[in-house]
Amino acid sequence: MTQLRVTVDEVAYQDDVEPRLLLVHYLRDRLGKVGTVVGCDTSNCGACTVLLNGRSVKSCSMLAIQTQGRVITTIEGLAAENGGLHPVQQAFHDEHALQCGFCTPGMIMAACDLLGENPDPSEAEVREGIEGNLCRCTGYQNIVRAVQSAARTMADSEQTAGVAR
Amino acid sequence: MTTLEERPASAEIGQPRRRKEDAHFITGRTVWTDNITLPGLLHLAILRSPLAHARITSINTAGAVGRPGVVAVFTGQDFAETQGSIPCAWPVTSDIVNPGHPSIAVDQVNHVGEAVAIVVARDKSAAQDALEAIDVDYEPLPVVLDMEAALAAGAPLVHPNTDSNRCFTWTFESGAAGTGQPIEEVLQAAEVTVSRRFVQQRLIPAFMEPRSTVAQPDGEGITLWSSTQVPHVLRTLGALTLGIPEQKMRVIAPDVGGGFGGKLQITPEEFICTLVARKLGKPVKYTESRSESLMSGHHGRDQIQDITLTARRDGTFTGLDVHILSNMGAYLRLITPGIPLLGAFMFNGSYKFDAYRFVCDGVFTTKTPTDAYRGAGRPEATFAIERIVDEMAVELGMDPMELRRKNWIEHDDFPYTTITGITYDSGNYEEATDKALALMGWDDLRREQADRIARGDPVRLGLGISTYTELCGWAPSRLLGVLAYAGGGWDHASVRVLPTGKVEVVTGTSPHGQGHETAWSQIVADRLGVPFEDIEILHGDTRTSPRGWDTYGSRSAAVGAIAVSNAALRVIDKAKRIAAHMLEASEDDVEFANGTFSVKGAPGTGKTIQDLAFAAFAAHDMPEGVEPNLDADATFDPVALSFPHGTHLCAVDVDTETGRATIRRYVCVDDVGEVINPLIVDGQVHGGVVQGISQALFEEAVYDADGNLTTGSFVDYLLPSAPDVPSMITDRTVSPSTTNPMGVKGVGETGTIAATPAVVNAILDAVRPFGVTDIPMPCTPERIWRAINETSDASEGERP
Repeated sequence: MTQLRVTVDEVAYQDDVEPRLLLVHYLRDRLGKVGTVVGCDTSNCGACTVLLNGRSVKSCSMLAIQTQGRVITTIEGLAAENGGLHPVQQAFHDEHALQCGFCTPGMIMAACDLLGENPDPSEAEVREGIEGNLCRCTGYQNIVRAVQSAARTMADSEQTAGVAR
Repeated sequence: MTTLEERPASAEIGQPRRRKEDAHFITGRTVWTDNITLPGLLHLAILRSPLAHARITSINTAGAVGRPGVVAVFTGQDFAETQGSIPCAWPVTSDIVNPGHPSIAVDQVNHVGEAVAIVVARDKSAAQDALEAIDVDYEPLPVVLDMEAALAAGAPLVHPNTDSNRCFTWTFESGAAGTGQPIEEVLQAAEVTVSRRFVQQRLIPAFMEPRSTVAQPDGEGITLWSSTQVPHVLRTLGALTLGIPEQKMRVIAPDVGGGFGGKLQITPEEFICTLVARKLGKPVKYTESRSESLMSGHHGRDQIQDITLTARRDGTFTGLDVHILSNMGAYLRLITPGIPLLGAFMFNGSYKFDAYRFVCDGVFTTKTPTDAYRGAGRPEATFAIERIVDEMAVELGMDPMELRRKNWIEHDDFPYTTITGITYDSGNYEEATDKALALMGWDDLRREQADRIARGDPVRLGLGISTYTELCGWAPSRLLGVLAYAGGGWDHASVRVLPTGKVEVVTGTSPHGQGHETAWSQIVADRLGVPFEDIEILHGDTRTSPRGWDTYGSRSAAVGAIAVSNAALRVIDKAKRIAAHMLEASEDDVEFANGTFSVKGAPGTGKTIQDLAFAAFAAHDMPEGVEPNLDADATFDPVALSFPHGTHLCAVDVDTETGRATIRRYVCVDDVGEVINPLIVDGQVHGGVVQGISQALFEEAVYDADGNLTTGSFVDYLLPSAPDVPSMITDRTVSPSTTNPMGVKGVGETGTIAATPAVVNAILDAVRPFGVTDIPMPCTPERIWRAINETSDASEGERP
């Protein structure tokens, strides 16, 4: 057992973990963060994607202990405390970018990472940016639309914030 | 009863309502089966056969039993007397061979991945670790992989208790059936004959949520949470097979992460969990890994299709002769043998024929069993007819669209009884096609294609067509009886207006991505005149929704939604009687609009449906013969199937130097009848089309010569990711179905049924100048490149 200190969705945790424990199992089985799911075990599908210090990682292909001292955001910690949806969450709803919803947490986290890196992606850039996340329901079309729509919303609010400053 | 014509004008039906089910998915507040924990929950791991075909000579579990955390270890012998067989509900012929399908192998394994032993432990890793300590001795048997070899005399048998690998032979012939002329006469008189062999490769449904089951025993009874499309079917067949009193068996399908037919199954794993939980008297959970899912969840397609199309020289089709070999795999599961027969009534597609024959042999092999995968029998049929129509066009030197126009059922012909004897309800192939051609910019693309050929561009353009018709809305119970299916096809709904005026709707459909909570709310909001937000849809739990036939076969809108609508109309009927009583008016003088009942010509006298719900709840003053509470049930059994159709057009760039095919433009104009929610319908089309494209270009379950599934993970089984597929242009025509009162047809499978031949026809259109007449699916760059470079017509070094 090794001691892990990590912050998940703005809560600090200190836990003894087996060195072989995967991050996704730590999140699901120890912390009850079951919004993050396992889809494939081989890091192909991306359903388990979370943000680690703001960048997307596949939590099924990382050990819990590798997150020592770092900050994790899961789908459950993305919305504001008052329940206000993150622009990417809102866009997924508005654009009907989910059907069964299983890939959705990972897809949203991957989209957040993408928009952090490229705030105004073209359709091709969105498609490349979410390449590591599989969806079997939507054919990706509305996901692409949602990511671009979220980008516009985020740009608008940046601009508004800029004006306010 | 209130008729449809009297219903209030639609404020909700037809609107692109954002889905109410989204809220918990986008915030991660989901209840997947694997999320469920119970006090004392044990975890189960399954040892699976590494061999495709072998006798089990001994199993030694001693090494696993004493390991830390391990509670129990079981083999097939432990359940040999109690496990029964995975039920097959569709014995398609009276002499069908069903060797039985144990959930855990007892003395023989017949495909890689079959369950052989079970470890139960206090946590999942302990259970998985202990699997390695179980020793199984196998005596290998010869594998049976190729369907034609399996049927040859002297072939090794998959099942020792059978005398052949033939499962059944099912035949339809128009002369004998009285639906057309005798096929042999028409074939012999043919002026032009085109014959082809097409292979429908084996596919894997590959839903994103791996299957998972939690079983909690309770005395004689049990509660199962399962990632299933069919909680109602599971309850009844589970009770029947395992001897559980049905009233004490409860099945819950919580959030279910996709199915595509792959979860239209009663699985060995569900039965194993049930058996183990009952034996130990403790709750157990099993969640499969992706590799287990790909190996042991059922597969789809896998047919060899020999098809002959005959025509007169002017292009008029005369006869269609189809013989298919359909791979059952090692066992019959829920509807394995019925899947190819769903295509029997669709090979004729959108066209008229004088004669038709369909012969299907079901064949056992030592591969994973097959069963429903999105479209189930109909994509296979549509592919074959849409492909061979193109081949006939080449043979005749006709434009492929002109050949289709010449032979399809015209708008004025509907309702039209086809050569199979089934009557298509409605359609407008002309309008859908004209719309699609315009959206595509077809003529411009044809010109570009010619230009590229003229200038010897190594990237060729190909244009593909699929003018499909499919059958949806499974199914009229009477028809299922005729087809020897063991169950019915109706569905059920209850609508309850609660004392506070809020509404609970119980549906027998079991959504896993289709948005029923939203669409059914739209229907009820319109019918009752209550706010969309005030309606809650209950589903997927046999205790709250005791009756239903669940979700598959594009049936939920065409059957389940009609039950919802009818129940709501009955609520209005009842409310009207109560309103008349309260308003001291005759029922005929009471009118209903926007949620309010009022006396005709006396505005302001109204009682809202919420007022009436409370009055019916308090029941202080009910009219004579009217029971308290404002609620009603309805069961809808369709009189006939519905027949969506459409025109899909695909333009593909084929790089003749690398063999890569890239879809450049894809247009689909679908006619799914009336639309409840266009946002959801478009979403179904998008996802369906991509699965169809994926069969054409990417996916194939591959076995090696020893019967090992070599595509056993997502590293090898290629699902398309976002850059692999195009954005498509969708549009609709609306030919309301005449077989249900809402005029809806069904949309869950249309895209998958339509898309595959459009893509392959496009690729062939691009490479036909090289002498290529067929490319097996999936049309990978290697296969396309080889077809171009290894076809004898293509002269060395020269490009036509």
